[in-house]
Parts: sequence; C-alpha cells; structure tokens
Amino acid sequence: MLPLMVFAVLCVLWESLVWVGVWPEYLLPAPSQVGKYLFKAVIEGTLPNAALVTFRRLIMGYLIGVITGVPLGLLIGRVELFRYTLGWIALGLQALPSICWAPLALLWFGQTEEAMLFIVVMGCVWSVILSTESGVRNVPRIYVWAARTMGSRGLHTWVMVILPAALPFIVNGMKQGWAFAWRSLMAAEIYITIVTGFGLGHLLHFARELHAMDAVLGIMLVIVFVGLLADKICFAPVERWIRERWGALKE
Amino acid sequence: MNSTNSKVQPIPKVALRGVSKQFRSKVGFVKALEDISFEVYEGEFLCLVGPSGCGKSTLLNIIAGLERPNTGEVLLDNIPVTGPGSDRMVMFQEPALFPWLDVFQNVIFPLKLKKGLKRQERREVAEFYLNLVGLSSFKRARVHELSGGMKQRVALARALAPNPKILLMDEPFASLDALTREQMYTELQEIWMKRPKTVIFVTHNPREAACLGNRVVVFTPRPGKVKAILKIDLGFPRNINSPEVAEFAQEITDVLKNDSSKQ
Repeated sequence: MLPLMVFAVLCVLWESLVWVGVWPEYLLPAPSQVGKYLFKAVIEGTLPNAALVTFRRLIMGYLIGVITGVPLGLLIGRVELFRYTLGWIALGLQALPSICWAPLALLWFGQTEEAMLFIVVMGCVWSVILSTESGVRNVPRIYVWAARTMGSRGLHTWVMVILPAALPFIVNGMKQGWAFAWRSLMAAEIYITIVTGFGLGHLLHFARELHAMDAVLGIMLVIVFVGLLADKICFAPVERWIRERWGALKE
Repeated sequence: MNSTNSKVQPIPKVALRGVSKQFRSKVGFVKALEDISFEVYEGEFLCLVGPSGCGKSTLLNIIAGLERPNTGEVLLDNIPVTGPGSDRMVMFQEPALFPWLDVFQNVIFPLKLKKGLKRQERREVAEFYLNLVGLSSFKRARVHELSGGMKQRVALARALAPNPKILLMDEPFASLDALTREQMYTELQEIWMKRPKTVIFVTHNPREAACLGNRVVVFTPRPGKVKAILKIDLGFPRNINSPEVAEFAQEITDVLKNDSSKQ
C-alpha cells in the first residue's frame, strides 16, 4: 500500500510541476496527458496491436535463443573442443550489441520478420549459452559420480543430473537472455521498419518524428510494464522454486 | 569376548592386484598408491586406515570404477572392474544428495535405474530403507532442511536401496559431530547385521576402524602402500567406547606410527 502511495505522490508532484509551468509541455508532458494518450491508443487499438506484434517477435526469438542456447551450453560445458571454439565465439559475440547485426540481417533476410528474429536471437542466445556453460561447469563432480555408481549413463546423466544441477545458473541466464532479447528487439524496431508489422519500437519512432512526447512516454511505460510482468509471471515462480529446493536465502 | 565372526567366508569378493596410481601435478608425477594388493571377503566389513593424503579415497574410487589405476587391476567376483556399476554403491564424504529432489525422490533415484522393478515395488523398497534409517517421517523434506547426520542417513538409504553386493564408504561420518557419529556407528552395525553386505570403509580414525571392521588394512603415508592387515577379533555389535575396541584402536595406532613395515 505504501509503495503505491509513494508513486501517487510522485505523479501528483510531476503533474503540478508541469501545470505550474516549470518547463514547457513539449519537453515533458504531464502524467494526465500521458494517460490520455494511453487511453486513446488502447481504444483505437494501435497500442494493443503494436504490443502484440512486438510480443510475438520477442517470444519467437527468445524461444529460439533458449532452445538452441541451453543444449549448446551443455555441450560447451562438457566437451573440451566446443569449449575452445564455440565457447570463445559465444564470449566474443556476447560483447557485441546485437543491433550491430542489423546491416547483415537486412542484407541476408531483407526487410522481413526473419531479420527481426535474427537480431533478437543474436541478442539473447549467447548469454543463455554462457550461463548454461558455467552452470554445467559448476555441477559438483560428486553428483555425476554418485549418479554413475547408481547406474546412470549418457543421456540419463545429462537430463536427470547435470541439467537440474545447473538449473539455478540456467534460469539466471534465461533471465538475462530475456532482458537482452527485449533490448535488442526495441533497438531493431526503432532502427528498422518492416511492413509486415508495426511494433512498439515503431510507434516510439513515429511518436518521436511527430514530436508527441506524451506518446513516447506512454509507450515507454508500456515497455517497462511488459518487462515487469514477464519477471513476475515467468521468472519469479521459478526462482522461488529454486530457492525453496536449494535452500538459498532462507527467510 | 566373542572370537571369530561367522559372517566372514573365505570367498574373495573383491581382489586388488598390484594397484598403482599416480597423478600429474605442478612438480611432476606424484605417486598416490603403490602396488596395493589385498582381498575382501563376502560379507566382510573391511576398514582402510591411513593418514590423510595416503590415497585411500582414490583407492575406493578405483574399486568403485570411477577412477582407473595406472597399473594393476581390481577383480570383482574374479571379473576385472572397468567402470562404475550399481553392484558397488558408494557413500561419499559429503552426502552428495541431489538438492532438486526431496528425500524420497533421492532414495528412489537408483531404483528407477534398476531394471525389472514395478512402480509400486520401487516405492515400497524406498519406503523400507527410509524406515530402516529412521527417516520415514521426512519423506517429503527438502535436502537443505536436514541436519548433517540426517543427510548421511538418507545417503545410506539411497546406497542400500538398490541392494548392492558391495558398499563403499569414504569417511561418511567425518563431518558429523561426535554424538551423532557414535549413534551412526550403532545404526550402521545394526543395519549391517540385518542385511549383511560386503563393506569397504575408509577412515583415518583408528577407533572407528576398530569399532566397525572385521579386518583393518593399514596404509603408509604418501605413496600409500599396505603396511599391515589386522584382524579385529570382536563380536558385533561393538561399542566404540568399550575397552576392547580401545585396545585394538591402540594396536592400529601403533602400526600407523611404526616406521618399519610388517605384514
């Protein structure tokens, strides 16, 4: 309740500062104007539609990133050759902001959804790979040994022992990958226009061109909100489960 | 004082033949084990005693098939050991329980890998062994919620559940407090008398060896060599604080300290 009140007070303060005229409206619109834009855009459908387009790209790219990243990370963590080849590539490319792939992506895929997806995947896959790898490397040898004496071999050891033992790291990497995917997509949508769908990034871009700062702020709020929601709905329960099982951070 | 133990039969269950192991380190090759040969008999409780770093844990891992010797071989029922198998379950120094599983799931883990068991049978076996170690009311507990002694009891139940021929124990009680440890000696002896198995038990504690073993293999420090094999002529169950056990412990200590090797 108290945090809510703090936010309410901040909004009122912001609103009154704008109305007093501390700075001109075109530099920073009042919360009420932002609210008006949000209401209008939701009723008209532009905002929900854009959010849907963005979300579809995000989920697709992210899933591809996780589905390829986790097995590759496992492989790098266990096989020496992959560690010194793919492992180094992953480490290098993680340092590259994925929007740098935009020129090549446009060249290879044209102005298509695939180009967008490519940039999102490049944004998130490396951190998923690297976290999975360090997770695998941090699996105590004794777990694998114990499993082997109990008759576990090959795929069974990977799926039933190494993967769950590395889970805290993998989830961490997935969370980081999500954040990177989100940033990559926003950069890509602002930078590249694709006619098959206008996402939140495009809306932001157009709002800037129209100098509609109420829209800019409104869209930014939506982006923040989506990020928070993903954290609370997808990651928080998994993290709670891990804390409960592993017994870290006991209350 | 009871003299002989009827469980010891003259069939070598495990035989070590000239086992040596060396490790590569910064200063070159370090010899951990040199020419180890001895036999373990069916149903016997054999203790391996030696100072820390004499390679006795390595030797246990070699018997388990988790590590390979550089020379020599380990025979199990006259067949050379080439890898780990569920006929030789290991209890490590740490409990090595899986934190993503609860207590019951940990105990049933090896049973799921055992062929020919029905779902219901697996559950019954797991329940039986959890009951045997006195933890049936902690079935659904998380691993981190257990005390050190309880964790080792779960590890014991997990090791016993698939009914291995041989139980390999690597200082399983080293990290427990003295009181819990003494309780574990009693429980282990009770369980071993109820369900006889060949046990190879590594320890650096002469009193522990005297309390648990039919025979005790004493090792020299680096490189580990067999210094002596002592027979503990006492009946079971034994009390760790009894004067007889103390006497044998003294004998083991004397051999450990003695520089000249005798067989």
